Amino acid sequence: MLLMPDAPLGREFSLDRTTGTVVCPAGMSLDEVLKRTVPLGWFVPVTPGTRFVTVGGAIASDVHGKNHHVDGSFGDHVRSMRVMLSTGEVVTLAPNARPDWFWATVGGMGLTGVILDAEFSMIPVSSSRMRVETERLPGFDAVVSAMSPGSDDGYRYSVAWVDLLATGRSTGRGVLTRGDHAAGSEVSAKDPLSYDPKVMLAAPSWVPSGLLNKASIRVFNEAWYRKAPARRHVGLESIPAFFHPLDGVRRWNHLYGRGGFIQYQLIVPLAETDVLRRVIGTFAGRGVASFLAVLKRMGPQNPAPMSFPTEGWTLTLDMAAATRGLPELLSTVDAMVLDAGGRHYLAKDSHVSPVAVRRGYPRFGEWQRTRAEMDPAGRWNSDLARRLGLLDRAR
Amino acid sequence: MRNGVGVPQHIVLFGGTSEIGLAVLDGLVRPGVARVTLVCRDIEAGEAAAGCLRGISDDTQVEVARFDASDASSMSAVVSEVCSAGDVDVAVIAQGVLGQGHDHALGSGMLENMMAVNATATMALLIALADRMRAQGDGRIVLLSSVAALRPRKSNPVYGASKAAVDSFALALDHELEGSGVSILLVRPGFVESKMTTGMRKAPFSTTPAAVAAVVVPAVNSSRSVVHAPKVLSLVFAVFRNLPERVWRRLPLN
Repeated sequence: MLLMPDAPLGREFSLDRTTGTVVCPAGMSLDEVLKRTVPLGWFVPVTPGTRFVTVGGAIASDVHGKNHHVDGSFGDHVRSMRVMLSTGEVVTLAPNARPDWFWATVGGMGLTGVILDAEFSMIPVSSSRMRVETERLPGFDAVVSAMSPGSDDGYRYSVAWVDLLATGRSTGRGVLTRGDHAAGSEVSAKDPLSYDPKVMLAAPSWVPSGLLNKASIRVFNEAWYRKAPARRHVGLESIPAFFHPLDGVRRWNHLYGRGGFIQYQLIVPLAETDVLRRVIGTFAGRGVASFLAVLKRMGPQNPAPMSFPTEGWTLTLDMAAATRGLPELLSTVDAMVLDAGGRHYLAKDSHVSPVAVRRGYPRFGEWQRTRAEMDPAGRWNSDLARRLGLLDRAR
Repeated sequence: MRNGVGVPQHIVLFGGTSEIGLAVLDGLVRPGVARVTLVCRDIEAGEAAAGCLRGISDDTQVEVARFDASDASSMSAVVSEVCSAGDVDVAVIAQGVLGQGHDHALGSGMLENMMAVNATATMALLIALADRMRAQGDGRIVLLSSVAALRPRKSNPVYGASKAAVDSFALALDHELEGSGVSILLVRPGFVESKMTTGMRKAPFSTTPAAVAAVVVPAVNSSRSVVHAPKVLSLVFAVFRNLPERVWRRLPLN
């Protein structure tokens, strides 16, 4: 057992207003960071679909956002971090100071040590609004071609919502949203940088189990698709509406009922669009009700051996965990992904097998060796590590 | 631990060549199960059984380990060895011996062996597994008992006594485990047609290993603590165990 003091061990928050460098304790959430920095004209370099993640968690999972194809993942923007090892020793890691330990900690799922604080660079913005182009695309081919290298590079942020219940010629149809931070001059508000994220709605706790079922999601998906403009439409959106839509609905997970939900995120190499088509077709053919299915093209991988993003297509799904036949379906898809040289995102994983991690992450052994150097007594552990045998020597 | 869609990652069968045990595993092993361990006396027979299980799912690793089902003192070490590769989510205990006819014959060692395998060593195994799973924070133990635990028959007094002992012990242990995340499913089959009962006179409501498994598999994923196979035996034995001794002895079941 290891006892940690509950007082923050990291350096206090500070923002260098000329260079846009933030130093903050690892336990601070991106929500807290944004509240402090957006009014001053600085935005986090990478944000996942929720702002309620901590900076330490963002590093340990090497999170990515809608800008991965342009800006990479969170770890790419970290200048340095202080990590407490299991011996109690505190080390400072940076891309040029113990780079092997630095990159083993980026995407290392917290198994190398406790990240105490981090220094990372922000991006300058002149407003708190997003200029967003929305268009709906009638099928898989249209979505993939709109997001391919060349057609998508001019947009800093790009992601497509995919209707996983559409079948036949509509299979893989979706709504593509692309955008960038709007210039201050585009915003009519008195203070273009005013930022006030609010939690708007709350899913009631009495929601009956199965409210999000195949029928209701089919209706929702149809409406969502129809609601999107058939022709390209440009508008302004707030930061929360564009980046963190579900953060606006408190307890949104209750909509999945008592059985809960699981998240599943896979990536296949850029050339494997046929596999991607088959994966989407498999989900669509089995009628798996996914309320949130998102497709994104990722840019090149960074030096972290366990970082998830790599050049290719990533598909993210949320599904009711009680869906009939889900274990078999996911195992089928796992095999398709691994055979194509793809892999799964450990930050969201609750399903893949120990073998899938070893096949999907070719540098897994290298990471294990570096991790063992940082934690020779083998003190760190987690449920994920136990389930996937991440700390096992021979397997 | 089980994965996010409820599939156990590591399933262990003690008595790894038991027909009922293997039938249960046949139902439990599905894509997503990472590892299966068959723990048995006879490695060769275990390997043959493992071969059949390997056919069910490609990504499941099936291993065979040896143990002496009558050695209570070794059970703690057996459990440590089996768990060294990771948590055990479901443990099926199917080890057991049944005598031919009058199983109370002294001198042959049958009394000691039957009590050791069916009762003492199984109880030691239950304790070791419960301790290990409590440390994990979760786990499900499936114990094959028998309706013989409920009402003794003159034709197999030692078997009945051994099953009564382990049945009673498991119920108490399951009660103690409440709230720990670990639970025991006590399975009480009637007469099962298998190699264990070859040549024996069939009893009413006789069943097969596959039929027992069909009752057990869904119960493993539920919160039930006792099931009978076939299910009707729960009613039948509710009556039988309350019959006055004089009436019971006149029934043509002994």
